[in-house]
Amino acid sequence: MKGRFLEQIMLMLGQAPKKPVEFTPEAQKIHKMKRMTKDDFEAMKQHVRDHALEKNTWRNRRWTVLILVNILFTFSFWLDIQILEGALTASRFVGFHLIDLNSALQVMLAHKHIIVNLFIGTATVFLLWAALGGRSFCSWVCPYHLVAELFEKLHLKLVAKKLVTDHEFHRGARTVLWVLFTLLAVVTGFTVFETLSPTGILSRALIYGPSLALGWVALLLVFEVVYSRRAWCRYICPIGLTYGAVGVISPVRVVYDLNHCFHEGDCRKVCLVPHVLEVVIKGRSPDVKVPIGPDCTRCGLCVDTCPSGALKFEVKGLNKLL
Amino acid sequence: MSQETESGPAVPAESEAAPAPRARKGGAAPRSNARALEARRRFIRTAVTSTAVVGAGLAGYLPVAAQADNPRLRPPGALDESDFLSSCIKCGQCVQVCPVQAIVLGDITDGFGLGVPYIDSREQACDFSCDAVQCILACPTGSLVYRKPDFLKIRPGAELAHKPVLKAKANDPEPTLNLIERAGLARLSRPDACLATQGKGFKGQARGPEFKGQMRYMAVDRWAPIPVADHPYERDLCDLCVTECPIQDAIRLEVTEAADGSKRGVPVVMEQCVGCGVCEMICPVEPTAIVVESRVVWEGEA
Repeated sequence: MKGRFLEQIMLMLGQAPKKPVEFTPEAQKIHKMKRMTKDDFEAMKQHVRDHALEKNTWRNRRWTVLILVNILFTFSFWLDIQILEGALTASRFVGFHLIDLNSALQVMLAHKHIIVNLFIGTATVFLLWAALGGRSFCSWVCPYHLVAELFEKLHLKLVAKKLVTDHEFHRGARTVLWVLFTLLAVVTGFTVFETLSPTGILSRALIYGPSLALGWVALLLVFEVVYSRRAWCRYICPIGLTYGAVGVISPVRVVYDLNHCFHEGDCRKVCLVPHVLEVVIKGRSPDVKVPIGPDCTRCGLCVDTCPSGALKFEVKGLNKLL
Repeated sequence: MSQETESGPAVPAESEAAPAPRARKGGAAPRSNARALEARRRFIRTAVTSTAVVGAGLAGYLPVAAQADNPRLRPPGALDESDFLSSCIKCGQCVQVCPVQAIVLGDITDGFGLGVPYIDSREQACDFSCDAVQCILACPTGSLVYRKPDFLKIRPGAELAHKPVLKAKANDPEPTLNLIERAGLARLSRPDACLATQGKGFKGQARGPEFKGQMRYMAVDRWAPIPVADHPYERDLCDLCVTECPIQDAIRLEVTEAADGSKRGVPVVMEQCVGCGVCEMICPVEPTAIVVESRVVWEGEA
């Protein structure tokens, strides 16, 4: 398990997953057991599969939260209830400043001046998402994530009918783009990425009404449907990397349990960032329990999908307390 | 033996694989070669897409350059244009607090100005009916400020002679607006079309019955702006831009009386004009005879 922390960060930045070199004795034992009794293992797997309940618990919770947060933004303005004023880039929650980390970064670097409110709002949001899982911002709040998730279903249907194929990109692109947009903000003095961000565009459209900018969002969705599955969130969006970096220190995560896993790989099929689930491949888990890395959006699709309960949400340290 | 090796995945493939790069499975191409090919393809499409994304982002500069000569009118307290674009976080909190909804957000056609607030005075001007310049209070990043940080200089002529006195607050203990710079300057752009210069009066709704714009009328309600259409006027010599101007000493009507007793007037913009745009909104002539020009500085009375 040593070095795994750093490895997971490199994985987020775009490095290909590596096979572990060291296994704990417990993990070795389980790997061995799974090899030795193949027929029994297959029979057990089939049994679990047949008895697995189809559930969308976490997806439904997540969609509810995402929709509620965005509705709260909208209603705060429309109905003048003033609970969450502003848009996703910056807002006030009952008066307290909240500022999106990536937008804050762009503004700070472009303007090169930080006023107190900007600092307070950024620090608050940093602590919030450090506590709640970093990239959980993506799957639990970002409106583009939900829209892209729905269009992903269309993409998968078209793939099944062999009408389109998914073209993978090198995941390092996101890291390169993050650096480029950061440099561009410093050099040009414009918040270049904000012009492209579908998160900002959609959030403002929901609150202040539709705009031509939605055409750009539509273009991204078409690209994802016909050419590359979830391309924006997977390979491009620097917001994801910014929050991913915050998630490095977050206690909220999904934890993999080798004991319960039958290595069917269903989780990797539904995952937005399947490279974080490399560990579920047969023979790859270095330990019996392995926390999933920071690039995970904590969306819970794998938790819902796993027929044998090998993937579960966990808050680090809280299990001991409970 | 040699035949078997040929069908196997190792030796002769290189020459065969090159003309038929699609043969990935079952073909003669060895796996390693097909992988390398896919990796190269992946690299190319990644590079192309990434370049396209950065290019699309940078294209946001084009509308900014195109608008350089005729920039958008920004809300009061806005930093200079390039500083404003860089510091604005595009959240629209200024939009939310404006009692007359004068502030709107730029669209993608504004490039880097996407999501950045501006005011279209002819449609809805800022009449300071909030009294305290709420948009400045709402701004989380200091794009709209009462006082600029020291490292940002004030352009010559942008500074007001003294803090503007809000007519609505004239009797309050503190009658001024906390503004140091003007957003722009009003200009009588079509003097020949101006009703006053023609010696004409005005009667009726300033902008017709369909006009949606609102204004605060102290005589009606200090805290509730009403539609301009609900407040008809009757003037012997049109002076709406002067009487409706919310700022003291910002505009006056110079009246000359002819020998036959007929009067003609010329609206004259004065140094205290903050560029709020109310004169442009209220002007009953179509198209307007007076406009507010964003970012224009004071260079003496025209």
